[in-house]
Amino acid sequence: MSLALDAVTLTYPDGDGRLTALDEVSLTVPAGRLTAVVGPSGSGKSSLLAVAATLVAPDRGRVVVAGTDTAGLDAAARAELRRTSIGIVFQQPNLLPSLTAVEQLQVMAHLSGRPPASVRERAMELLDAVGLADRAARRPHQLSGGQRQRVNIARALMNEPALLLVDEPTSALDHERGAAVVALLATLTRDRGTATVLVTHDRAHLSVADTVTTVQDGRLTVAGRA
Amino acid sequence: MFVAWRDLRFAKGRFALMGAVIVLITLLVGLLSGLTAGLARENVSAITGLPADRVAFAAPPAGQSVSFTNSTVTEEQWTGWARRPGVTAAAPLGIRTLNAVAGERTAAVSAFGTRPGDGLAPGAVAPGEAVLSGSAAEELDARPGDTVRLGPLEARVSAVAGDASYSHTPVVWTSLDDWQELGQGGTTAGERATVVVLRGDGADWAAGDAAAGTEARTVDGALTAIGSYQAENGSLQLMRGFLFAISALVIGAFFTVWTIQRSGDVAVLKALGASTPYLLRDALGQAVLMLVAGTLLGTGLALGIGALVSGGDVPFVLSPLTVLGPAGVIIVLGAIGSALSIRRITAVDPLTALGSVR
Ligand SMILES: Nc1ncnc2c1ncn2[C@@H]1O[C@H](COP(=O)(O)OP(=O)(O)OP(=O)(O)O)[C@@H](O)[C@H]1O
Ligand SMILES: [Mg+2]
Repeated sequence: MSLALDAVTLTYPDGDGRLTALDEVSLTVPAGRLTAVVGPSGSGKSSLLAVAATLVAPDRGRVVVAGTDTAGLDAAARAELRRTSIGIVFQQPNLLPSLTAVEQLQVMAHLSGRPPASVRERAMELLDAVGLADRAARRPHQLSGGQRQRVNIARALMNEPALLLVDEPTSALDHERGAAVVALLATLTRDRGTATVLVTHDRAHLSVADTVTTVQDGRLTVAGRA
Repeated sequence: MFVAWRDLRFAKGRFALMGAVIVLITLLVGLLSGLTAGLARENVSAITGLPADRVAFAAPPAGQSVSFTNSTVTEEQWTGWARRPGVTAAAPLGIRTLNAVAGERTAAVSAFGTRPGDGLAPGAVAPGEAVLSGSAAEELDARPGDTVRLGPLEARVSAVAGDASYSHTPVVWTSLDDWQELGQGGTTAGERATVVVLRGDGADWAAGDAAAGTEARTVDGALTAIGSYQAENGSLQLMRGFLFAISALVIGAFFTVWTIQRSGDVAVLKALGASTPYLLRDALGQAVLMLVAGTLLGTGLALGIGALVSGGDVPFVLSPLTVLGPAGVIIVLGAIGSALSIRRITAVDPLTALGSVR
């Protein structure tokens, strides 16, 4: 199992009390499968991704990523786990303004110390996979929204993560480009064998998912097609 | 340095502006340091150039500290010092600032009276003769063989040697006997001098002081007894200190703003798996790179300007200490200032990279 959440509860401080963002959530995503998560705004979708991405520790429950139980990992160990096993596709592309498209990917290898000599080749190969080989030398401000989002996806795949977490990748795109990005994610999931969690608002994207999960007030209901 | 280096090039304008500030501050500090050293040399080189282990002043009245102007030592005191065990030489030295006249020229000089044979002067002094320091000869336009008048005294220039300067006036060496005739208004000066220049090997200076009624200082300690030196040097050092503080603050402020500006990028990098130490190293490397580049350029300019002016009338000393010292201090202080601002990288929460809030 590339991702296993077991009875995860996450609360945020809310005035005098606590707000329950995730309530006893259990979810498993195997390699090569795409799980879509839908739900109304404020239902806890991003919170689910944050827990899976080890960006926030749950109050209760177990989070296992690529076989590693994240409980008790310190900040450095969690950063390393994100580096080696988790790819995050952000809602906004979140590219670094000073880096060219290919460098956005190369930086991933630099984060873990000495990058191998083949980094650039691998980055170019991934850019090619998302159809941007001819835009490798462009900076973010020289790319369209859809192109930026594709760089964002390619970057998440750079370190060959077991788990790919995608938060509303199409919210900044028009419908056709959104559909193309989601189709690309589905292809990459199957080709590269990642376990992918795709948070989306758009019901039209659900057809590419192996499983569809609905979040409502921090609770999950699986309405799978698995 | 993967991201930091590219940020440097991408935000050229901002870093160039900040670099220019560092260049100018370094230049200013470099010039000020050279000037401080130059002025100090004009003030004290005659004293620092003495072959001395200690300089003994007349013990000042209680509550006052020693000064060259208020010190008078007697023959009894220097002969007393000469007899102390461990004291190898005790030479009286008279110091008086007065006007010298040679032909049409006059100049303020410091007359240093010393016994022939004590070896304090750079040339042989004898009664009726004077040894001029280089700048005294220049100001008076005097050559060996010429006659100079020092107050009531007429002396033949026997040599031009050395470049000793005291309290911003060039030194004229005379014999102690001649010196004692200067400025005493005809009253018998007795066998007197201003200080006793001491050399010794394992001498008990404190006991010697007690016996002779003097206060022996090291050469460095004696410099503060030159009134103008302390005031001048103190205020210049204060200015230098302020410039150092300003540079650290300006650099700290720049990197505070810069770090806040890129905290979004930092959150993204953290979410992607960058460790905090990696990000700190990256940012600090960037700061040090800019600091070193700016400081080198500023130091180069200071060197160039210093080389231009140091030949002329401006007292300016070019030495590794006056040029590289300040550069090193600015780099260290700047690195501390930027490290304090960059520290806030630690507090950036990678969670903020998720979701739409940016
Ligand atoms: N950092 C936080 N501090 C306090 N409360 C938070 C925080 N983040 C989210 N919440 C709350 O937790 C609940 C779930 O938020 P979450 O962001 O997971 O929703 P979402 O399903 O992603 O919504 P959207 O579709 O609008 O992005 C919301 O009620 C939200 O107000
Ligand atoms: Mg959300």
